[in-house]
Amino acid sequence: MKVEIKKEKEVKHHLSKWIREDRWPHIWCSGCGIGIAMSSMLYAFEELNLDPKEIAIVSGIGCSGRVAGYVKVDSYHTTHGRAIPFAIGLKIAKPNMKVIVFSGDGDLISIGGNHFIHAARRNFDLICICVNNFNYGMTGGQFGPTTPHEAITTTTPYGNFEYPFNLPYLAASAGATFVARWTVLHPYYLRQSIKKALRRKGFSFIEVISPCPTGFGRPNKIGEAIDEMKYYKEKSVIKNRVDPKEAELSFRGGNIIVGEFVEIEKPSYIEILKENLEKIKEV
Amino acid sequence: MKTKILTGTHYMLGDHACAEGAIAAGCRFFAGYPITPSTEIAEWIARRLPKFGGVYIQMEDELASMAAIIGASCGGLKSMTATSGPGMSLMMENIGLAVMLEVPCVIVNVQRGAPSTGLPTLVGQGDVMQAKWGSHGDYEIVAYAPNSCQEMFDLTVEAFNTAEKYRIPVIILADEAVGHLREKVVIPDEKEIKIVEREKPDVSPEEYLPYKGDGNLVPKMALAGEGYFVHMTGLTHDERGYPDITGEAHERLVRRLIDKIQKNKEKIIKYEEIETDDAEILLVSYGITARSSLKAVQILRKEGIKAGLFRLITIWPFPYERIEELSRKVSKIIVPEINSGQIKGEVLKAIKSNLPVVGVNKLGGDLITPYEIIEKVKEK
Repeated sequence: MKVEIKKEKEVKHHLSKWIREDRWPHIWCSGCGIGIAMSSMLYAFEELNLDPKEIAIVSGIGCSGRVAGYVKVDSYHTTHGRAIPFAIGLKIAKPNMKVIVFSGDGDLISIGGNHFIHAARRNFDLICICVNNFNYGMTGGQFGPTTPHEAITTTTPYGNFEYPFNLPYLAASAGATFVARWTVLHPYYLRQSIKKALRRKGFSFIEVISPCPTGFGRPNKIGEAIDEMKYYKEKSVIKNRVDPKEAELSFRGGNIIVGEFVEIEKPSYIEILKENLEKIKEV
Repeated sequence: MKTKILTGTHYMLGDHACAEGAIAAGCRFFAGYPITPSTEIAEWIARRLPKFGGVYIQMEDELASMAAIIGASCGGLKSMTATSGPGMSLMMENIGLAVMLEVPCVIVNVQRGAPSTGLPTLVGQGDVMQAKWGSHGDYEIVAYAPNSCQEMFDLTVEAFNTAEKYRIPVIILADEAVGHLREKVVIPDEKEIKIVEREKPDVSPEEYLPYKGDGNLVPKMALAGEGYFVHMTGLTHDERGYPDITGEAHERLVRRLIDKIQKNKEKIIKYEEIETDDAEILLVSYGITARSSLKAVQILRKEGIKAGLFRLITIWPFPYERIEELSRKVSKIIVPEINSGQIKGEVLKAIKSNLPVVGVNKLGGDLITPYEIIEKVKEK
């Protein structure tokens, strides 16, 4: 019996059509969770059978911001904190495209915090995926608005005495109509939430808790990359529909509440804009 | 019935003429944040643009406004924002992004007295250097300085065309006095207004190099959703648009960004010369101050003093060569401007002799009168 063995070079990953392979390898450290967050998104594209032409990714600066450059769709790697307003302009120009803002906690919530709350307030049609690794990874592990109280970073060497944001609570209170939080240890649920966000209108916010063994795990003595992974996995409790105010995210000892917290129907910005343009034309 | 631009003769506010010029040029997206003395541009656009199917969005700040117009332009909408000094400062980082991504857009700065909050309702011309050097790094920019309501219309159309032609952000460096001036504006028939559109790629997505500037140095631009899967990054990038932070890549890219304006400057630079042929005293002026300068020239000529006016229409790129030529024929150059001498410095840079260059400078939020200029001309 003759057995034909497929040559190795012919074997392609089934997500490869979504990747700019000529940009490989990526820049992320081993043990980083951004790749899982990205592949969860690519699986969502694949499972929804989306046409790459209907998707645009906009990102800001930092490790998570590099996602835009690795995905083979129209992708824009913009300035620090301004991914959301850039995406707003793009979405208004191309209302039929699915515009995804993929960035980190520092980018979206610190420097871009004002844009974040206003996009949520407008219920602007964006899918906003925020990889939260509790620090400024690319800049070398400084603290940010999501760094847990008492955590050690390069700029909080004596422990962070500030209090962090609870991102789902922030998003929901500003007006986001879909709010979820997962860790990268929940890739299946994360993918389902991204798929849900891709099918709906309005402002969808998904927080993805990710390990950053280099920037965050090491100074906080969490151990190796795998230990940080295990820590998040062990502390996670799925509580769908819980009031985002109650969606605890504690660092030492407490739980990490994950799940889909908010899903409400409300006319989105683009829907209202279209209606208004029709009305104005008739005047 | 299709909404039309306001063809005909109007008695119009400068800011309104600018807004109508944008609509005539094909602007269909405006993102802005209200600030005196540019607000009337936003107000006019908010009322008029939706009738053309365009979108006015009032963003949460100027940083967002500038980012939004770049995003919209990447989606194919001709886009504009309008602001004044403090807002312009906030836009600077993303103006650099527009330069680096090579995204056409128009930014109007109706200048007021500055620095900081300064004199919100009073005139200033102090943002000349900011327009050129405000964002970080090396780059070239195109900036127009209108001196009338008519030019607020005409140069806005021109700004959009230049932006599309060279894939650049273009600045309209107006001033409060021109913005708030009300005078006759003649708007031609829609068909008579020359409109330039950016060039689209004529090759397949596989062959397309989004940052390869052939011949004229301006790459062809694929829009989002057209299947070219462009990647645009503010990082130094290669012809594919991929990050390449080597010295060679940076030199090649930034040099081309500079060259596409420098090597085309003859086509871009606009100025007006009045009575310069036999002039012994040359006035170099722009914006609202050029009107006082013109009056000064007229009065001086009546008195038998051979004065001439060189009016800058583009402030950037600066017409160094022409000013140098003129400097060889005159005995003195006078530069009136409502700042402490920003363009005077450029004039000094242009001339090769030790010809006296005298500034007429005012900082109080007031216009420079023709008599203040005449006084300097006559000063020994």
